[in-house]
Amino acid sequence: MSDAKSIFLKDATVNAADGDQRAFIRKALGGYYTNRDLQKARYRDWEMARDVASMAKWTAVNDLANVLEKFVGNFERNGGVVHWARDAAEARAIILKIAEDANAKAIVKSKCMTSEEIHLNDALEKAGYGVVESDLGEFIQQLRGEAPYHFVFPCMHVKREAISELFTKHLGTAPTDSPEELTMIARRHLRQLYIDADIGITGANFLIAETGQISITENEGNARLTAALPRIHIALSGIEKVVNYLDDLSVLLPMLATAGAGQPMTCYNTLYSGPRKKGECDGPEQFHLVLLDNARTRLLADPEQRDALHCIRCGACLNVCPIFKNIGGLAYGTTYQGPIGSVITPHLRGLKQWNHLSGASSLCGACTDACPVRIDLHHHLLHNRRNAAKESPTLFDRLFHNGFNFVIKRPWLFAAGGRIFRATLPFLQKLPLPYMRAWMKTRDLPKAPSQSFRDQWKNQNV
Amino acid sequence: MSDARSDIFARIREALKVKAPKPHLKGDANAGKSSVAAKPWLPEGGDDAEGSLLILAEQLAKLKAVLIRVPDRASASKALADLSLSKKWKKVAFHGHELLRPIAAGLSCETWEADASFDKQRLEGCDAGITTCESIVAQLGSILVSSATSGGRALSVLPHVHVVVAEAAQVVPDLGAALALARARHGEQLPSMLSFITGPSRTGDIERILVLGAHGPKELYLILIG
Amino acid sequence: MRVSLFVPCFVDQLTPKVGLATAKVLKKLGHDVEFRASQTCCGQPSFNSGQWDVAREAAIRALTVFRSAEVIVGPSGSCVAMMRNFYPELLKGTAHAEEAADLASRTFEFSEFLVKKLGVIDVGAKFAKKVTYHDGCHALRELRLKEEPRQLLRAVKGLELIESEEAETCCGFGGLFSAKFPMISTAMVQVKGGALARTGADFVVSADPSCLLQIGGWLSREGKPILPLHIAEVLASDA
Repeated sequence: MSDAKSIFLKDATVNAADGDQRAFIRKALGGYYTNRDLQKARYRDWEMARDVASMAKWTAVNDLANVLEKFVGNFERNGGVVHWARDAAEARAIILKIAEDANAKAIVKSKCMTSEEIHLNDALEKAGYGVVESDLGEFIQQLRGEAPYHFVFPCMHVKREAISELFTKHLGTAPTDSPEELTMIARRHLRQLYIDADIGITGANFLIAETGQISITENEGNARLTAALPRIHIALSGIEKVVNYLDDLSVLLPMLATAGAGQPMTCYNTLYSGPRKKGECDGPEQFHLVLLDNARTRLLADPEQRDALHCIRCGACLNVCPIFKNIGGLAYGTTYQGPIGSVITPHLRGLKQWNHLSGASSLCGACTDACPVRIDLHHHLLHNRRNAAKESPTLFDRLFHNGFNFVIKRPWLFAAGGRIFRATLPFLQKLPLPYMRAWMKTRDLPKAPSQSFRDQWKNQNV
Repeated sequence: MSDARSDIFARIREALKVKAPKPHLKGDANAGKSSVAAKPWLPEGGDDAEGSLLILAEQLAKLKAVLIRVPDRASASKALADLSLSKKWKKVAFHGHELLRPIAAGLSCETWEADASFDKQRLEGCDAGITTCESIVAQLGSILVSSATSGGRALSVLPHVHVVVAEAAQVVPDLGAALALARARHGEQLPSMLSFITGPSRTGDIERILVLGAHGPKELYLILIG
Repeated sequence: MRVSLFVPCFVDQLTPKVGLATAKVLKKLGHDVEFRASQTCCGQPSFNSGQWDVAREAAIRALTVFRSAEVIVGPSGSCVAMMRNFYPELLKGTAHAEEAADLASRTFEFSEFLVKKLGVIDVGAKFAKKVTYHDGCHALRELRLKEEPRQLLRAVKGLELIESEEAETCCGFGGLFSAKFPMISTAMVQVKGGALARTGADFVVSADPSCLLQIGGWLSREGKPILPLHIAEVLASDA
């Protein structure tokens, strides 16, 4: 068993048994469902919008080389500098070099999951930079020293009391149980940090090929401030974020907000095309974009699951996932949690180590229905299971399924085996058999009938 | 050793040698043509100016943004002066624009044309920022500001209150129209920032409970002339 | 019409009354019902475990078993989804692809068959009880059946249908998932079962006997006063 799997099993088991925490997460998501349905109802045809959104991403991802090339040409024409990173280490090195060259000291960041993916904060802190996360949820998680719980709602699992204590400890503020006051504490604390920072680091939600702009989606205004006040703006993005046309955003931006957060649009959707231009009064002097592969091309090379690169990181699949809601985001041990994380992590970080996430699903399909860009999420979990069974089959699985197959290929054996199974079921239930014991711990089995269907049918129809 | 750029492109080209199937679409195959101007599947943005204004008012109210409709520029001045008094603003920053200068001149508090002598520390100390905008999207209640027409990047997001003064003719039905208009206006020279502002800054990060004014403005006013 | 039954392996062995009720309703509507005893399991346990080679053998066997059948009706959204949606995927690019597509077009889930194929909503059943309906994920999201079973239930004399707030939420069965990840599966059935019990219904009815195994197993262990019942059993009832 991989380390990742044993940690997952331990954490998932503990969390699944924590009824209070599970109820807290369900309650937190309650408003989302209501708002999402209200917003979706405003779409004249949500399904058609999904078609268009998925095709916008499909077209770009399946022509990635050309679309990226076009994007980069336009981005550079706008005065930005593009950097290429094959992996996390290269991306970190590039960003450290920019900071060093700029003689920077303080860095402010807005929410960027790609930076979590490459563990950027650790690297920057080790190199002596002061780094502060400005998104409220990320700020809280940074103070807690914990990874985001949900890639859109990073601290949704933390109760207000704990946040109040955290702020008292780190910021010396008086305790409060008001979310509003807690938010204002963070607001006041961060204002001066934006102004003093030398570098602002953001992510990117979309890269628009035809104009060379990057698009950033947020609610708080922290990304706006991060890209406005420091003298250097560094954006970090996966290579798959590209779309062909600016007009694609007229579909993607509202759908991202509705699917992910139940909003018509998030508060700020901002397009950046370069550093401060001539005649503009503010904005950074330098605009860098780090384009990261980090095994995305490995996923690209799998045509069956290539659509996972359509992901616009809205988080809708997490919000509807019964697994996510019951085990919580931290148990995944991944940058990207929930169904999309279970699909892509084996590609990004190794199937052998991470296939258990694909196994840990009832395949209910709620995620696939929720995905605004029609990623075939729950079927990809099946594909990962198949690939894993082929790549590194376990002896137990092989014996179990070949044994089962041996029986079901022979109807007489199936019938005979069934008879023995039924007759001995009361006894079997008490044995420490694999699977049986796990089932019996929390659930009963129906009382076995004396005759199977096939026996009764034969008797009836003789 | 080959450079990262060519390596990544080589990997992409290699990966794309095998074609991927199209997504399982519900509608017809033409769905991919996202440049279709009218997008009759998205939320409505109104069929005419009056219809758009109705939808806009509804959306802004839901977003907790305040819409103030006035007949002319003089009444816009008055509306802003009233707002300034009632909110007890002491310092107000505004974008140096021919529409805004006379309006700012009518305020009794300290006013500052922020883009003429930009200073971020000073801007942080302002109670409100007043800007114009590129356009207003009825469909979603979004206001499109830009670094070219809204006094740079920070003016519309750093002060605690953001006031947008615009003409009713700037209202467009949907997002696509707003993007097309911005491109038509600026051509190849797009402003370095274009930002759709949809309601006052907000967060739900603490227990998913909505709080306005996370880092950006806590209040958003749209004074619409005409 | 000559209907060939597909009886899921665990229904055959553990809840044969579901198969019998299915046959009873179809016969009552005037159809010839046959059961081909050479059938066993659809292969889904192996398919879901990634053992596609094994599942492929099961699929090819099913093609042979049902080769001459006019229509195949199964009282299980899950097994029918396997045959309808996943056999074609398993056999894609093989010599059996065409036959798999053909089988898919002849295979129906029980409530789907009644409503969509036969156009029957009222089967003349009587069942004076309060029931709540559980949407099995395969019936709901693979076969897109949502209204069909509800239409049938509403037409049952004396039956009161109460919707649960978690009607579309997964029960956490997921085949071997329920035993491989028992604590997650249990947490899921707690959410599901809790909501079902809160409806105050006498029975939880579903078109998926596998979900009922999970839900019923938990309700029984917890001593909740609501019993699992397959939709075929409701439609076969005349009291």
